[in-house]
Amino acid sequence: MTLLGQFALWTGFILAAWGGVMAFVARWQERPEVALSIRRTTYAVLVAMLVASASLWQGLLSHDFNIEYVAGYTSRNLPTYYLITTFWAGQKGSLLFWAAVLSIFGALAQWLTAQRFRDLLPYVAGVTNIVAAFFIAVMLFGDHTNPFERLGFTPPDGRGLNPQLQNPGMVVHPPMLYLGYISLTIPFAFAIAALLARRLDAGWIIAMRKWAIVSWLFLSTGITIGMWWAYLELGWGGVWAWDPVENASFHPWLTLTAFLHSVMIQEKRGMLKRWNMSLIIGTFLLSIFGTFITRSGVIASVHSFTQSSVGYFFLAFLLVTGVLSFTLLYTRWGSLEPEAHLEAVVSREAAFLFNNLALVGIAFSVLWGTLFPIISEAVRGVKISVGPAFFERVNIPLGLFLLFLTGVGPLIAWRKASARNLQRQFIVPGIAFVVGLIGAWVAGLRGYSLMTIALGTFVIGTVLQEFTRGVRARMRMYDENVALALGRLMSRNRRRYGGYIVHVGIVCYFVGAVGQSMRVKESHQLVPGESVTLASPFGHPVTFTFLGVSQYEELNRQVSAATIEVHRPGKAQATMVAEKRQHFNAIGEKSFEPSTEVGLISSLQEDLYVYYHGTPDGTERSQFEFIINPLVMWFWIGGALLVFGGVLAMWPGGPQIRARQSDEMQAGYAVPLTESVATP
Amino acid sequence: MKPSTKFAIGAVVILGSVTLLITEGVKQTGTYFLTPTQLVERTAKDPSFHEVGLKVAAKVVKGSIQRDQAAERVDFRISDGTQTFPVTFVGHVPDTFTDDNDIDVVVEGKLDRNNVFQATDVIAKCGSRYEAVWDKQQSAST
Repeated sequence: MTLLGQFALWTGFILAAWGGVMAFVARWQERPEVALSIRRTTYAVLVAMLVASASLWQGLLSHDFNIEYVAGYTSRNLPTYYLITTFWAGQKGSLLFWAAVLSIFGALAQWLTAQRFRDLLPYVAGVTNIVAAFFIAVMLFGDHTNPFERLGFTPPDGRGLNPQLQNPGMVVHPPMLYLGYISLTIPFAFAIAALLARRLDAGWIIAMRKWAIVSWLFLSTGITIGMWWAYLELGWGGVWAWDPVENASFHPWLTLTAFLHSVMIQEKRGMLKRWNMSLIIGTFLLSIFGTFITRSGVIASVHSFTQSSVGYFFLAFLLVTGVLSFTLLYTRWGSLEPEAHLEAVVSREAAFLFNNLALVGIAFSVLWGTLFPIISEAVRGVKISVGPAFFERVNIPLGLFLLFLTGVGPLIAWRKASARNLQRQFIVPGIAFVVGLIGAWVAGLRGYSLMTIALGTFVIGTVLQEFTRGVRARMRMYDENVALALGRLMSRNRRRYGGYIVHVGIVCYFVGAVGQSMRVKESHQLVPGESVTLASPFGHPVTFTFLGVSQYEELNRQVSAATIEVHRPGKAQATMVAEKRQHFNAIGEKSFEPSTEVGLISSLQEDLYVYYHGTPDGTERSQFEFIINPLVMWFWIGGALLVFGGVLAMWPGGPQIRARQSDEMQAGYAVPLTESVATP
Repeated sequence: MKPSTKFAIGAVVILGSVTLLITEGVKQTGTYFLTPTQLVERTAKDPSFHEVGLKVAAKVVKGSIQRDQAAERVDFRISDGTQTFPVTFVGHVPDTFTDDNDIDVVVEGKLDRNNVFQATDVIAKCGSRYEAVWDKQQSAST
């Protein structure tokens, strides 16, 4: 089967390269059959990549340990679902996964895009094909990067899958992030196509808008599941460590979020055309850059990826793509004149512009911090690194400014906000802010935490006001009951109300972050029967009693499980189990280092988190880390809201929002009415 | 004043704050990130380096890890091939910290006057994790 896979890779490479090159050199504008042929190569590449993927899966499932990838990442006793997901556990498989998913997205973009954009589509096919050809080329021509590479011998069993990856979160976290990165190719392809075809109206934005939301959704989900995985598997009780690999996924998320906002200004007012082009090109480049830093090892990270020359393929690709894209943008600069100018600094446009500056500012500071070891070595000859303290110092104030704008944006009128508009819009959210401020003060919060909660309630106040007004307007006009009015309001203005739900989700992440600053952490050595009491930041005591360690064998591992009983006043007694695991392969040899499963009890208020460090041989004294982790659950609630709002915003079949809406579309009370009336 | 001028002032204020936050942040929180050789050279030139908290990236010398589990203390040696020195760390090391194969570590702390690195944090990762194993198996099978 590796022969078939290898053949599929070569076929895919030749097809993608042909389709890619033809799109840029052939005079297909006058020859519809050539244009069609270019577009059809995306489907052919898709077939080739599916065949290659099937061959790799076949090798994984049939334990063909002569294939180096299969031997390197699986073992005979690995459960089948992990065998399937091992496809993307290592670098070689990830490359194939990337190429295969890109070919799916590329084909979908051709298939789903409305015919009125057909003069963009051959160029779109060209870009997706070139990117696919690049990924296949890395597999074919890189050093130890071909997933079908065979070994000179056949080991009796494979190395097995890293236990830290044997976790449901890890099964979905990398592919989610990959899907986010990969799908960014499509908005980028439409941007390049619009530049090449000189179709620089808002058409390309309408054609790719949903793709941008899809990418954003995958990135957000990938990042959040990554936080969840880090929380459960890395054992330090935190969700985000500002590690370069984490930051690499955060950069494109930030610039894409900026794009999703600024694009609205282009749709409504014909402004910011150059900025939007730059943002989407930059976002795509940042996703490639992320792959480069995770794969090249130029920056020290705790993530242990196989490091190889592959990183430099990405660096070269990054530089070439960056230079070509921005040169192209420069040659079209004159055609991207704004159609309108900023009319007032107290306006929706200005609020969005400030939001963009803050988001890009955060992205820049995170990038600067991530690259600082390299920058300082180049400039001052000595490596200096910055840690979480740096990122928190810089990003908390910027994040709070952004949270403030999240509350302001939906309230303020387009073009120029009148005093009446401001008065009418800001009273309720303003009251919410004051209530939040007082409430958080009484609860004992100060400083940044206090501001976060106050601004959070301000944002919630804004969203609630928007929903209430929309629902009331529908109830009055159509005589609908509350539930029907709410349902129709949301389903007929999906992007708008989906966006508001996302805003609430973002507030939840901020609440989670406040909780992280109140974490209580203590190390203790206990013998069975011994207890320790920690004071929760919410004031009540939490008593942990160590009951003992039991040892047993399970599936592919030996487990030492420490049982701990938890007592809290006014709550039922609970037990939690923290495990140390040693994995074995089929012939009974130890595989990997011991791994740890934390004990966890979650609630909306706080998580109780126990990490078992082990019991020194010959003693009963066991070592534990006890953590009371407030408000962690709010990260996951925020994640769920992001997914819900994002899916709502991108759900197909919604009413077509015209490229430029009429000028009477004002913010606030006027909009939900006109929008809901305008759409049948 | 034109709206665009007002906006430009706002933009300058935001970008200025970002720049200020970054430069101050680096000044306040930046730590040296050195190889063992660089660290030894710098401390030889400037003894006040003994007092400076910094990070060192190196490989753990195979077989040098000594654990005192009861005291939750780990002693080991790190090297970059040229310079080697001992490290002491009290606390819990991550699961990936073993000397089964070559592991890369980043240790954070201070090099004391006796040239023992007193670590406050140890971050471990396994570098070329499975190529090394294949070499072993390959030579065993031939």
